[in-house]
Amino acid sequence: MPDLGWIDAALISARPQAVAALLRYFRDLDLAEEAYQDACLRALKNWPQNGPPRDPAAWLIMVGRNAAIDVTRRRAKQTELPDEDQISDLSDVEADVVQRLDEADYRDDVLRLLFICCHPDLPATQQVALALRIVSGLTVPQIARAFLVGDSAMEQRITRAKAKVTGAGVPFEAPNAVERAERLASVAAMVYLVFNEGYSAADPASDRASLCDEAIRLARLLLRMYSSEPEIIGLLALMLLQHSRIAARFDAAGNGILLEDQDRTKWKRSPIQEGLALIDKAMRLRSPGPYQIQAAIAGLHARADTAAETDWAEIDALYAALERRTPSPVVTLNRAVAVAKLSGPQAALDLIAPLADRLGGYFYFHGARGSFLMQLGRNTEAREAFNQAIALANTPTEAAHIRQHLDTLAKAAKEK
Amino acid sequence: MLYTVLCYNDEAAVFAWTKEEDDAVMGRLNVVHEKWEAKGKLKPSIRLLPTSAATTLRKKDNEVLDGPYAETKEQLLGFYVIEVDNLEEGLEFARELTAANPGGAYELRPIMIYNPGAPVEAR
Repeated sequence: MPDLGWIDAALISARPQAVAALLRYFRDLDLAEEAYQDACLRALKNWPQNGPPRDPAAWLIMVGRNAAIDVTRRRAKQTELPDEDQISDLSDVEADVVQRLDEADYRDDVLRLLFICCHPDLPATQQVALALRIVSGLTVPQIARAFLVGDSAMEQRITRAKAKVTGAGVPFEAPNAVERAERLASVAAMVYLVFNEGYSAADPASDRASLCDEAIRLARLLLRMYSSEPEIIGLLALMLLQHSRIAARFDAAGNGILLEDQDRTKWKRSPIQEGLALIDKAMRLRSPGPYQIQAAIAGLHARADTAAETDWAEIDALYAALERRTPSPVVTLNRAVAVAKLSGPQAALDLIAPLADRLGGYFYFHGARGSFLMQLGRNTEAREAFNQAIALANTPTEAAHIRQHLDTLAKAAKEK
Repeated sequence: MLYTVLCYNDEAAVFAWTKEEDDAVMGRLNVVHEKWEAKGKLKPSIRLLPTSAATTLRKKDNEVLDGPYAETKEQLLGFYVIEVDNLEEGLEFARELTAANPGGAYELRPIMIYNPGAPVEAR
């Protein structure tokens, strides 16, 4: 049996473009998906004999469109089924299609397909599930496994989300420049949500962790279309750099390992190289934004061979830049870690003191505060902060980290 | 004869490979590499980062484009390997080349893997 893996790979990579263009033709998501499925079945029959078409996406769009039109006509006229050979004779269609499929149409099509998943009424997890289903083409069971829920629950969730976006009306008119920029920003945020779903998974081989790869694939797709968008370059760089640490982020028992304690030899080199190259490229465009700045911070960690070599001054400056652009107590809290390294724990405590009201219910706030207090030797206050943190821990891993600190404090108290 | 062997494939598909798939392919390739390197016949080999990381300097008006070189009317005539501090310095090199030899374009693409291979004499 010949190796047909190449067909799978080609179908996967052509899917977003193909489904997006079919959606524009049929203006109906279900019909577009059906047409794409139909085209895939024909590709599986046709390609092994005739070899891969020059432009697989164009082939799938043309064939999917014809097949769906056939079905519609047949339903309308109740005529006999045409010969399979007749509809499968595709030798000449391709050159023609390639000419007619405009690059700009492609871009707006794919952006539209991603954008309809970002409907503001959909909660984040539903946006992610919908994008994985209709853009990435993951099956419902695959998505269900990634979200650790049952198949039927996920099926329902996706059906509901689909009904909501279809009910809201898909925007088919070509976007103007402002709309396009807004769509791109929403889509970037959604792609980052997909990534963060995967990033929380402890097992790098799990279905959940594979969402990181999926998000990276979507960002690559966006970047191929919008190659001069600094924030899209930044988003891809950020995700590549974060993902490069996947093998070092958890121990065998699935407990998270802090950045400074990770075995840096386990960081994957190729995404680091690509991420750094992308930051370099984005910098030239002189239009910084939150993804680029976060990528630059991740890049500084990636450049340090040991935790001690980390350029905390630059990281502090980047967090300050991020604070100015997107003021948020969480950003300030992250900055405090850099400040503690640079100017000591007291300076960090002073920085986060005003955040107590807003971050009082936030695990990381109490965890960070506890460790700054511990560094200052204010152990009683540190213990109180850690106790507050542990009560707010979201995962066993988070709780385990805090417990380690509490154990250290308990030991110190005994030795006195 | 010295030859270059230029590698073409669908990057969207190749960069969608899982780490296992990528490792498996690299493992199979490395068997071939080692065999030819042992014979002294494999010189530098290079794996490029994807075109998303590429920048192109169009020589006509020194215009910088974010992306790979996409025209089909020119052909690949040669390449340089340079070690520079950043993309800006790489572009500086390309601009100097442009002044010396106008026409066409230079695409700057970061290198992912560089294996020096067996030594080679200038010719």
